[in-house]
Amino acid sequence: MTQQVPPLLAVRGVTKSFPGVRALHNMHLELRRGEVLALVGENGAGKSTLMKLLSGLYVPDHGSFDLDGKPFVSNGPKHAQELGISIIHQEFNLMPDLTVAQNIFIGREPRRFGLLSEHALNRKAQDLFDRMRLQLNPRESVGRLTVAKQQMVEIAKALSHDSKVIIMDEPTAALNDAEVATLHDLIRGFISLETGVIYISHRMDELKLISQRITVIRDGEYVDTVGTAETSMKEVISLMVGREVSGEQRPTAATAGARTDVVLSVEGLATKALLRDVGFDLHRGEILGFAGLMGAGRTEVARALVGADRATFGNLRVRGADVDIPNPAVAAKLGIGYLSEDRKHLGLMLERDVKENIMLSSLTENSAGGFIKEGALRRTAEEFSKKLRIKTPSVHQLARNLSGGNQQKIVIAKWLVKDCDILIFDEPTRGIDVGAKEEIYKLLDELAAGGKAIIMISSELPEVLRMSHRIAVMSEGRITGFLNNAEATQENIMELATRRISAIPGAVTA
Amino acid sequence: MSLVDSPAPHKPGLEPTSETTARKGNISVRLRSSLQQLLAFGSLIVLVIFFGIMNSRFLLPTNLSDILLSTVVIGLLALGATFVIITGGIDLSVGTGMSLCSVMTGVVLSYLGLPLWMGVVGGILMGTVIGAINGFFISFLRIPPFIATLAMMLVAQGMALVVSGTKPIYFTSTPGFSNLALGKPIVGLVVPNAVFIFFAAAILAGIVMSKTLIGRYTFSIGSNEEATALSGINVRSWKLWIYTVAGAFTGLAGVIIAARLNSAQPGQGLGYELQAIAAVVIGGTSLAGGKGSIVGTVIGALIMSVLTNGLRIISVPQEWQNVAIGVVILVAVYLDMLRRKETAQ
Ligand SMILES: Nc1ncnc2c1ncn2[C@@H]1O[C@H](COP(=O)(O)OP(=O)(O)OP(=O)(O)O)[C@@H](O)[C@H]1O
Ligand SMILES: [Mg+2]
Repeated sequence: MTQQVPPLLAVRGVTKSFPGVRALHNMHLELRRGEVLALVGENGAGKSTLMKLLSGLYVPDHGSFDLDGKPFVSNGPKHAQELGISIIHQEFNLMPDLTVAQNIFIGREPRRFGLLSEHALNRKAQDLFDRMRLQLNPRESVGRLTVAKQQMVEIAKALSHDSKVIIMDEPTAALNDAEVATLHDLIRGFISLETGVIYISHRMDELKLISQRITVIRDGEYVDTVGTAETSMKEVISLMVGREVSGEQRPTAATAGARTDVVLSVEGLATKALLRDVGFDLHRGEILGFAGLMGAGRTEVARALVGADRATFGNLRVRGADVDIPNPAVAAKLGIGYLSEDRKHLGLMLERDVKENIMLSSLTENSAGGFIKEGALRRTAEEFSKKLRIKTPSVHQLARNLSGGNQQKIVIAKWLVKDCDILIFDEPTRGIDVGAKEEIYKLLDELAAGGKAIIMISSELPEVLRMSHRIAVMSEGRITGFLNNAEATQENIMELATRRISAIPGAVTA
Repeated sequence: MSLVDSPAPHKPGLEPTSETTARKGNISVRLRSSLQQLLAFGSLIVLVIFFGIMNSRFLLPTNLSDILLSTVVIGLLALGATFVIITGGIDLSVGTGMSLCSVMTGVVLSYLGLPLWMGVVGGILMGTVIGAINGFFISFLRIPPFIATLAMMLVAQGMALVVSGTKPIYFTSTPGFSNLALGKPIVGLVVPNAVFIFFAAAILAGIVMSKTLIGRYTFSIGSNEEATALSGINVRSWKLWIYTVAGAFTGLAGVIIAARLNSAQPGQGLGYELQAIAAVVIGGTSLAGGKGSIVGTVIGALIMSVLTNGLRIISVPQEWQNVAIGVVILVAVYLDMLRRKETAQ
């Protein structure tokens, strides 16, 4: 019955190559009116490239795009916006020194008598947030927000346009479940008979919730489009990776015994802003999961432990010795590695190549008399690049040219190479495809089995449940409870994560 | 089809910001930025009091007026430089560019014998042309600002000398010209015109910076150029405009210094660019881009001239004055960084 009506958006036979990489080959897809179409594929499959072609950032080598049945060529983000296509890019594209409102309405600033009106701007933004039920201060500068809040700003920005098509490149990678639900509500509100959403995600669980159809792409080529309701996620995954992947195991090494060696012991950790009396022990061979809502203070704990932020400790012991960690260099010396959640700003040198990025924190181990041993660097980088299946023509490729998920793998490789005893992973699988996630899980298991102590912060409950031997749950800057893997469920974690200590309704807005 | 008309169902833990928390946030956000300027202003006052105690001649009206007058030229250059530096760029051509603008005014008034206002316009136009050329090379040909303006610094220096025949141009045929800088607008007050022109220019720059698109995009580009481009802003042409605006201030500085000396000195501007940059930096503008203010720059320029004047009055030798200014730059930038860290906690 929809035969006569042209699709809202169509991609026809699009091909795009970069030097040494064929990112897309004869790709096609159709977005229908009123639907959320999920686009899935492994890291480096070409999803983001397709979006960049649509927004006119790249020019296709072959092929064309139709909007409402009419061919169009976008010659830049602004033009795409005028055509009614809004894009939320995978990597944050915000101006950290501008305020939230200034970011959202950039290019559309309200003016009075030719002059900018900050008042009207903030009013407009506040109206938008009120209707979206978003908790954001229009005047706060974006650089001071957490990653999740920055993502909310990006989403608000896209939704504030009068768009027909919104394309979201992994919008939920940085969000926790409650925020994901909010986003989904926003999307449902946006969808009408005249609009559509293309939704790129690696989080299989949410595809069921939000999408009507799923288009699968592999190695830059179209594989298939399936109805979400009629298909199991297992089938989608095997379409994606071209083989069977065992989706949902529980931890393989739930060996709770023999955890006597305390390698890290924290007591009375507090910060001026948020943390209060945080204490825990971390054992050799243990994966300690940290769960909690956004703003609960998990990242703050990690940053305090590596000396990235000012904090006070009642007691801090590493391998039994009292220590003081004033800065990350000291942490590294003590064998504590921290994989940050904000990889683009804190974890990567985009303009340097894969090898340099992987080897950055292990240069002293790979040099003699101040001279760097290039050969050793390359070999190790190649080894880890292979181990983590980083998709790149060679380790000499610039990090900037890798897909988002592969950039994440570089950061992980960096800390694996470094060979720390205590590893803190903050959202280690954000933006990573299911296949590679398995690899990373396996690696973490191996590391733990080999005697390393691991703290894993994650907003994905299934991941926390799957990986952790023990789970520390945080709320409002405190640890509200510990759960052993055997007794932990999504429900009791959530119960602890939403427990309010201050008990003054609405008083805490971290 | 605007989705925002249909409110999402209420979610626990995600209730909309209540009025009071929003307001509290706003106040703290506002306080932070004004505190920054207050501290810079405080250091200026401390300096003035210090020199006043060391030598009472420092506080004589004529001396204070001298200080203001000596702020004008560096201050005007620094206003323009503030725009460029907030974009994350740098402009090394403002010093010699200023000389070229002076010479241009000289050409219009003394060689061509045109009326006074045309000399003023000619000088300012020369500045905008210099700025636009800088902007073109930087934004369209993607030459790094340091290189593009270094080249322009040499070109402007050479052109000023060529056009003037390496000799100063005197404004003997336009007797009213020096009044432009040195005339006293208010009877009984020692403060000359140039000072009022500077403050008017600063107010204008402040408005442009905070109230116009060009100002907004100055911050935006400095904060994240790629993101700005992805937001659909034509970064290239805005950058061209920003450098052009900066050039206009260079032009104005050229006119004012010519009027003050009643002559266009072709070889004099070199070195002013670094003083202008110093004033901007002392005023709290970050060389990394994205942060800064016109008020800060005005205070920075004042601090520079108070220091120079004060050190001279308390008989510190010239050589040591440079050392002192160098130290002040380091201290000012370091304090500014501490302050930012403090407020970020
Ligand atoms: N500018 C570029 N230069 C060179 N290669 C590039 C460039 N942009 C993308 N590529 C390559 O094209 C391929 C597709 O990348 P793309 O970013 O589209 O992947 P993706 O499907 O979005 O992956 P992810 O899930 O990790 O975000 C990758 O192999 C990537 O390395
Ligand atoms: Mg991508």
